[in-house]
Amino acid sequence: MAGLKTIARRTFLIGSAAIAGGVAFGLYKYQTPHANPLLDNLPEGAAALTPYVLITGQDITLITPRADKGQGATSVQAALIAEELDVGLDQIKTDPGPPSPAYYNTALSGDAVPFRSTDDSFLAETTRAVMDAPIKFLGLQITGGSTTVPDGYQKLRMAGAVARETLKTAAARMHGVDRGLLRTERGTVILPDGTRLPYQTLAATAATLDPAREVTLRDPAQWRLLGKPMQRVDIPAKSTGTQAYGIDQKHPGMLHAAIRLNPAQGGDLRGFDATEAEAMRGVVKVVAVTGGIGVIADNTWRAFQAAEAVSVDWGPAPYPADMDGHWNALSNSFTPEHQDSQFRDEGDVDAALAQGTDLAFEYRAPYLAHAPLEPINATVLVGAGRVDVWTGTQIPRFVQKNVAQLAGVEPDNVHIHALMIGGSFGHRLEDDVVRHATTLAKAVPGTPVKLTYSREEDMTHDYPRQIAMARGRGRVSGGKVETYDLGIAMPSVMASQMSRQGLPTPGPDLQIVAGAWDQPFDIPNYRVTGYRAPELAPISSWRSVGASSNGFFHDCFLDELIHAAGADPLAERLRLCTHGPSRRVLETVGEMSNWGGALAPGQGRGVAFCLSFGVPCAQVIEISDTDAGIRIDRVFVAADVGRILDPVNFEGLVKGGVIFGLGHAMNCEITYAGGAAEQRNFDSFPGMRLYQCPEIEVRGLETARKIRGIGEPPVPPAAAALGNAIFAATGQRLREMPFNKAVDFA
Amino acid sequence: MRVKLTVNGAEHDMQDLEPDMPLLWVLRDELGLTGPKYGCGIAQCGACTVHIDGVAVRSCQVPAGDVWGAVTTIEGLGTPEAPHPVQAAWISHQVAQCGYCQSGQIMQAASLLAETPTPSDSDIDDAMSGNLCRCGTYPRIREAVKTAAAKLSKE
Ligand code: FES
Ligand code: FES
Repeated sequence: MAGLKTIARRTFLIGSAAIAGGVAFGLYKYQTPHANPLLDNLPEGAAALTPYVLITGQDITLITPRADKGQGATSVQAALIAEELDVGLDQIKTDPGPPSPAYYNTALSGDAVPFRSTDDSFLAETTRAVMDAPIKFLGLQITGGSTTVPDGYQKLRMAGAVARETLKTAAARMHGVDRGLLRTERGTVILPDGTRLPYQTLAATAATLDPAREVTLRDPAQWRLLGKPMQRVDIPAKSTGTQAYGIDQKHPGMLHAAIRLNPAQGGDLRGFDATEAEAMRGVVKVVAVTGGIGVIADNTWRAFQAAEAVSVDWGPAPYPADMDGHWNALSNSFTPEHQDSQFRDEGDVDAALAQGTDLAFEYRAPYLAHAPLEPINATVLVGAGRVDVWTGTQIPRFVQKNVAQLAGVEPDNVHIHALMIGGSFGHRLEDDVVRHATTLAKAVPGTPVKLTYSREEDMTHDYPRQIAMARGRGRVSGGKVETYDLGIAMPSVMASQMSRQGLPTPGPDLQIVAGAWDQPFDIPNYRVTGYRAPELAPISSWRSVGASSNGFFHDCFLDELIHAAGADPLAERLRLCTHGPSRRVLETVGEMSNWGGALAPGQGRGVAFCLSFGVPCAQVIEISDTDAGIRIDRVFVAADVGRILDPVNFEGLVKGGVIFGLGHAMNCEITYAGGAAEQRNFDSFPGMRLYQCPEIEVRGLETARKIRGIGEPPVPPAAAALGNAIFAATGQRLREMPFNKAVDFA
Repeated sequence: MRVKLTVNGAEHDMQDLEPDMPLLWVLRDELGLTGPKYGCGIAQCGACTVHIDGVAVRSCQVPAGDVWGAVTTIEGLGTPEAPHPVQAAWISHQVAQCGYCQSGQIMQAASLLAETPTPSDSDIDDAMSGNLCRCGTYPRIREAVKTAAAKLSKE
């Protein structure tokens, strides 16, 4: 909204005094210490009653604080509000709003406690509720963990309903009618005589009222928007080149910057000589930043060229220089001293294995870059006592604090303009790009500086997905899986990531065993142990986090045991599975894929399952072993998110997640040599290309009790299903990703 | 070097430009046309795809001094109010997720259909496989190309 930025400079208004024909609605019914941030931002004549709906004489603007990285967050947040507000998505504007503790994420705590997501017990729910308090207290406005929908499902609809009811009260007062006789439709209150009053005309009066206290949410059966195919609001701009991303920022007088960081991520800058670079055309300044140099110039390409021309003396990597060192560190971590958790230990695994072990295997998952297609970037303007930041971020409040510290201003004087993000997959949970851009902008006060990472700088300083190793041991008897023992070693993603924000992460890191310890299977002797490896290369959350590696480990080892038992892979998973929605997704993919039906020679079929972020997801993959290599023919996916808010977007995200999981399993890894990431661009980190893309059939189930997000859950089973299918077709077990180390892909 | 370019029908006469500056950066930073995107700079992703005389090229690979014809960017193909049939198909199939690759995908598809109005599945695979989509929108890209082809061949 043009509004929020301009408004911020204007008069304060507290309470509900009328101001310039505008009103802002939010929902502050629960005991919250956080003020409605829109209050600070309103022009004279508007009132702020809730943080999610802003109505002025001209516009209806819905505030969508969770970052949109392509998952449709803006659209779904707007739809949740619009459903109860009774406006069409074609009648509104959206705005991410200012960073504010009021927009804290209520759903993050669910994954921070050691209870399985399938556990609805009193103890589990109470612990989740208690965890919610510190998250609310810290005001963690974070986008991540597939939480946008669960977080907003109630509160955004409530915000819409509160605004609607307040507007009705305003109309009743203005026209002297009983509010019980009023209806609302498409942005208007309808009087008993049929007259339609646009919300905009009611805003000034609504501003003088206290917001409605009691509202009832509509029954889903009455929904107009939710649950039906919707047109995402961002699609037309994204189909016409008119969507402005951070990298497209234009400001009068803006300069362009490039960066060159120590190839060993986190290593020091010992010294540099910029004589040659400074003489190059268009170069304004060469500036030292933490661990590297930045070049400010009048054009991005000129800045890129000049950055390469600086001669630099780099310090060594703060982690093992070569891969042997990383793998050895994991290999040495399967010890009692490194044990981080053992949340699952059923039956008597040791006694069972004392009788002999049928299978013992080791699995590996590499570092992986997030590599969103938009290279990371940020535009910063350091002014007098005020800093403006234009960037896409999943952590706006941390960015605000960090920039404030660097620029020596109060956080309140750092204005974050949150922008549409060209992909993230977790990359935008890091904020070095903003810190570096701030350092550069400080060198030219009063001038906006847009820092764009070259693809090479981005990929080699990506804070990759964790490297991980697993060791499985097990026994089968009587055609059944009897003993399953899995140990997983990885460095702590949470510790690495949070340390960069100065936050401690006490206790075990659930991500070390996520997607493994919490699987809904009932195996007589069943144990999952997490081992915390020492910190290696700095890592961060990558689409599905711990489950991205563990889904592969857990399910492929289960598949090996099932084959050793001579059982049917689908039937045995179903026999072991104890959780209703999980059973149903397995049954559904069985039916979709005609499991057990005949296949052509050279074809194979694999099934895999992973429950992550509370969502059970099963996949069946059919492949062909051809002369040109493995070809993935078809994928069948079923997932249960409790309730699907937009079936079109749901299907797109599931397919995208499967392709993401498969592409990386096929051919991607980040490896270090001499401390530097060896993969610098998409030539050596390709992922899946269109010609390799299989047919994908998706079915979404809605039987689970809680509503969940779908951004991440399709990723973990994909690699496992592919590995299991390759085994079925070729007899070859792949225990290390990427699979192209062992097989070719057509 | 003096560089003259025709972009989306407009003439641009740049008095002094490095002849080796890639067209992509001339468009984005000198002319302010940010529809073409930077994704890799080495012809691996296709995000920078524009047309020169109607044919798809990777603008990150074309030096400004070598541009051999009229340039069309996504902004010149169609607009939100009057989308090109390929863009209309992209909108109705809701192809975009993050959308960052889609300028390039659409320019590539428009060039394919100009040359091959009724492409086979393998024509589509061949033409579109140089354009990466990190979000994995490939299934809808295939569908949208077919919808656009059907619509264009009726016109
Ligand atoms: S930026 Fe030109 S192909 Fe990637
Ligand atoms: S839609 Fe995100 S890269 Fe294609």
